[in-house]
Amino acid sequence: MVKKRLIPCLDVTKGRVVKGVRFVELRDVGDPVEMATRYSEYGADELVFLDITASVFGHDPIVELVERAATELEIPFTVGGGVSTLEHARRLLRLGADKVAVNRAAVERPELLTELAAEFGAQAVVCAIDSKKVAPRKGEVVTHGARRPQGLDTIEWALEAVERGAGEILLTSIDADGTREGYDLEITGLVCDAVSVPVIASGGAGTVKHLADAFEVGAEAALVASIVHEAPERIPEIKRELKEAGWPVRI
Amino acid sequence: MKIVLADYGAGNLRSVCSALGRAGAEAVVSPEPRATREADLAVIAGVGHLAACAAGMQQTGLADALRERVESGRPVLGICVGLQMLFEESEEGGTGLGFFSGPVVRLQARRVPHMGWNTLSLRGEPKILEGLDGEDVYFAHSYTARPAEELPGAEVEHGGTIIAAVERGALAGVQFHPERSGSAGARLLRNAIAWSKSA
Repeated sequence: MVKKRLIPCLDVTKGRVVKGVRFVELRDVGDPVEMATRYSEYGADELVFLDITASVFGHDPIVELVERAATELEIPFTVGGGVSTLEHARRLLRLGADKVAVNRAAVERPELLTELAAEFGAQAVVCAIDSKKVAPRKGEVVTHGARRPQGLDTIEWALEAVERGAGEILLTSIDADGTREGYDLEITGLVCDAVSVPVIASGGAGTVKHLADAFEVGAEAALVASIVHEAPERIPEIKRELKEAGWPVRI
Repeated sequence: MKIVLADYGAGNLRSVCSALGRAGAEAVVSPEPRATREADLAVIAGVGHLAACAAGMQQTGLADALRERVESGRPVLGICVGLQMLFEESEEGGTGLGFFSGPVVRLQARRVPHMGWNTLSLRGEPKILEGLDGEDVYFAHSYTARPAEELPGAEVEHGGTIIAAVERGALAGVQFHPERSGSAGARLLRNAIAWSKSA
């Protein structure tokens, strides 16, 4: 049986890892590849590098970082943030990223997902969706660091993204992000039920119980930030606790 | 000991190349059929659609170079879509090199792609998988080879039993990504280097 994954997310800006609350109040927490290597040694299953300022300021994605990560890391990694064109994505994948996460560019031009899947296979294409709760059981897709609502229903967009070729959904609840109060289980569960691809729950993880809750509603993987950035040596303990709670995890 | 990764235009061979380097081999990426023909071990890696990969193999002359190697019993290792390339028709379109009998079919599971770490169950005594029974390795694929014959190798469970690795003499393939499978992946690559020397 495929294991449930623990995926540390490294929010990167100008080559450094940063952490904020609800996409603002950023503070520096370290070098991306050094941190990634440490997480890998502690048993992280996969990593995500998100260039969180790229799409806001129109920067190119983080090419040098990808090159280093590709040769040094022994676990898979996804790169996202500002991936706006087929050419951008192609460059990152050719440099050695295992997957690219596209967010705003896919909302603006959904064909991008199809083009990427046709060239690299669905397994290399992650559709990142930032969702804001607008009503019970209903989320709206937002972009630009959550500043711009897109008038698009989260579940409908997730379905379309998969239809077009996304091999995975990275679902971030921007209401929960950075709060450490747990993932938004409602929208996570609804998206997991709707789509046939793996869903990565994101935004709000603060305790091991939160990860287990996300798995319970169907997530295949849990994205974590604060809880591992502060104490990466807790990763083995987190995974052990998940295993003791009956979840299949890689120890 | 020289390893050549056949470069047929399917991108990202660099990660596999680095991982082979870490495992102690001298590995290079080359589009030259001659390099693939003369290597001590030829590796077919890459991602994407089998049809595109197969077309690239034919156009570059790498398909012929690999066929010559297989016919003369010299080691060839396929990784991920490289394993699928060793088989025959794919439901995704395109036809593999046909070194093993059997089609490549779409996975039938609740979640496709099969994405993440899964536990190997060994079948027979495949040399490349020595010490890897029960180990977790990383998968990322939507299609799977369905061997027509029972071969030494490994299986995993994902919507039923699917093939994770096959080995017959000097020809082997793994569906997972050893270059992204931590210490278990490194072990696979070290095994493969040793296997290719003795094959």
